[in-house]
Amino acid sequence: MKPVTVISGKVAALDRANVDTDQIIPKQFLKRVERSGFGEFLFWDWFRQPGFPLNRIEFHGAPILAAGRNFGSGSSREHAPWALQDYGYEAVVAPSFSDIFYSNCTKIGLLPVELPEPDVRELLDNAPQPATIDLAAQTVTLPSGRASRFEIDAEIKERLLNGWDEIALTENRVAEIERYEATRERVGPDTLTL
Amino acid sequence: MAARSMFEKVWDDHVVGDGLLFIDLHLVHEVTSPQAFDGLRLAGRRVRRPDRTLATADHNVPTGRDQPDQLSQAQLDALSRNCEEFGVPLYGLGHRRQGIVHVIGPELGVTQPGMTIVCGDSHTSTHGAFGALAFGIGTSEVEHVLATQTLPQSRPQTMLISYRGSLGVGCTAKDLILGTIAQIGTDGATSHAVEYHGEAIAALSMEGRMTVANMSIEAGARAGMIAPDDTTFAYMEGRPGVPANFAEAVERWRGLATDQGATFDTTVVVDVPALAPQVSWGTNPGQVAPITGAVPEPADESDERALTYMDLRPGTPMSEIAVDRVFLGSCTNARIEDLRAAAEIVRGRQVASTVQAMVVPGSVMVKAQAEREGLDEVFKAAGFDWRGAGCSMCLGMNPDILAPGERCASTSNRNFEGRQGRGGRTHLLSPAMAAAAAVTGRLTDVRELV
Repeated sequence: MKPVTVISGKVAALDRANVDTDQIIPKQFLKRVERSGFGEFLFWDWFRQPGFPLNRIEFHGAPILAAGRNFGSGSSREHAPWALQDYGYEAVVAPSFSDIFYSNCTKIGLLPVELPEPDVRELLDNAPQPATIDLAAQTVTLPSGRASRFEIDAEIKERLLNGWDEIALTENRVAEIERYEATRERVGPDTLTL
Repeated sequence: MAARSMFEKVWDDHVVGDGLLFIDLHLVHEVTSPQAFDGLRLAGRRVRRPDRTLATADHNVPTGRDQPDQLSQAQLDALSRNCEEFGVPLYGLGHRRQGIVHVIGPELGVTQPGMTIVCGDSHTSTHGAFGALAFGIGTSEVEHVLATQTLPQSRPQTMLISYRGSLGVGCTAKDLILGTIAQIGTDGATSHAVEYHGEAIAALSMEGRMTVANMSIEAGARAGMIAPDDTTFAYMEGRPGVPANFAEAVERWRGLATDQGATFDTTVVVDVPALAPQVSWGTNPGQVAPITGAVPEPADESDERALTYMDLRPGTPMSEIAVDRVFLGSCTNARIEDLRAAAEIVRGRQVASTVQAMVVPGSVMVKAQAEREGLDEVFKAAGFDWRGAGCSMCLGMNPDILAPGERCASTSNRNFEGRQGRGGRTHLLSPAMAAAAAVTGRLTDVRELV
């Protein structure tokens, strides 16, 4: 994973609430066994509907996507963040996210940023005016120049800033895992002997 | 020790160390795992605990006589190869234990109270019906669990959903959970682990409890749990995966229930007797109305978009909405009791001439059980298509999809735009309500037919 530090640039506005992952990437594109190349399928049906905001030419190439609350609800498909990232987004800013989607984003270095509703509104209403997200400082500099602070789990933040491989981090704790398995793990069910 | 909730007990039991949770059971399917196995291969990692891992093929398997399309077949082949290479047990297509991952875990007895269970599928919350802490994960996390049998997790907040009173005639677990999501919204339980509690929950069968827990994610919950009790233990006893010393395990499991005096971050009360059978009218599972009601006036832009997509007008009585298709299936409602409930309505009646109806049992074992009971004959005689096991039209990854504009009464869990096929329109409801819609050709209050 590439380190995530500062993301600066145009904002694309998707002023809709409850955008579910079925919309972000429909099921017919989940049959691929690769991890890359999902960008061309992003919002497949919506991009083909007249008036879909992200079709606006001034939003093309924006690294920041601003959207309504409860973004990424529904299916746990990581293909959704893969598609957003492959399309070119580096961060998604919304008043709230679904838990699984949020977590999935943090695993691949697509930065999910939760801001108060009025601040997201400012981004949406002024898009494509640029914003700057500084992960270390935990701030989003809005088009007005005001900096809005966001919260992020300290461990997730450190991992993103450094681009660390989470599995490797956990493997460093193998002694703890072995101790758990030896002393506290409950017996069964053993799926190998069903 | 201070009074603890069931969630807190299970959580505490599985903390390996700071922020790291041990996973007792990892369920795997073909759609969200190939990239995870590739990741292991690239890094030279192995599956740490194949004995705590179980795979099946469900999402894109054909349920009729058709062959999988090329891409689906490639994905199924990848699962077989990966399971073989990494030593993971697999119940693939054609196996007597194959089926929807959230149906087979419980029916094999590998879903047990007090466990942590994950799967690369959001409806993993289903297993919480047994008092397990079960939640959906993404593919990176699938890889992490395969490699380490653990998952870094932040502790969710807790929510108690307390059900007051009992269900009326014709009302089911599906109505309970649809009514709940309508009340709290599709993000009403975000970042919370939910415990469902009350006499209406205690009165449910395990199938019903699984329906409730299954849809926890549709309210945004991290997990949904129900305390194990005699109903749970009776369901489990004799299944292949349960502990050899079952009685001893039951004694341990009884201790999982929330302690008197334990507190929750949030509490919600649901008035159960007020619930009529519920049907969704919109494009998310919170957009729900009683069958006795009407399509509501839009409250916001989201509602307006949904009404346009669904081609519905505010004020239209729900029971006047005609349907083209009926789908009885999915991890929400494709267990034996669901099929029995639908068959009871269908028996001696015919599917309306304007409707195409199908039954997709949740697993090969559910299908066999239904056939032993003669339910397949009931459905077939009425004009239903009787299919093989899989996820099928719940998400339409296989050929079972709606045509654009088609309207479907569906026992599944999501009515998102295009979910069951591009341009398709989904109304979520209970198995009995789906059966009623099949025979009348429109959304129908099942209480008129019993």
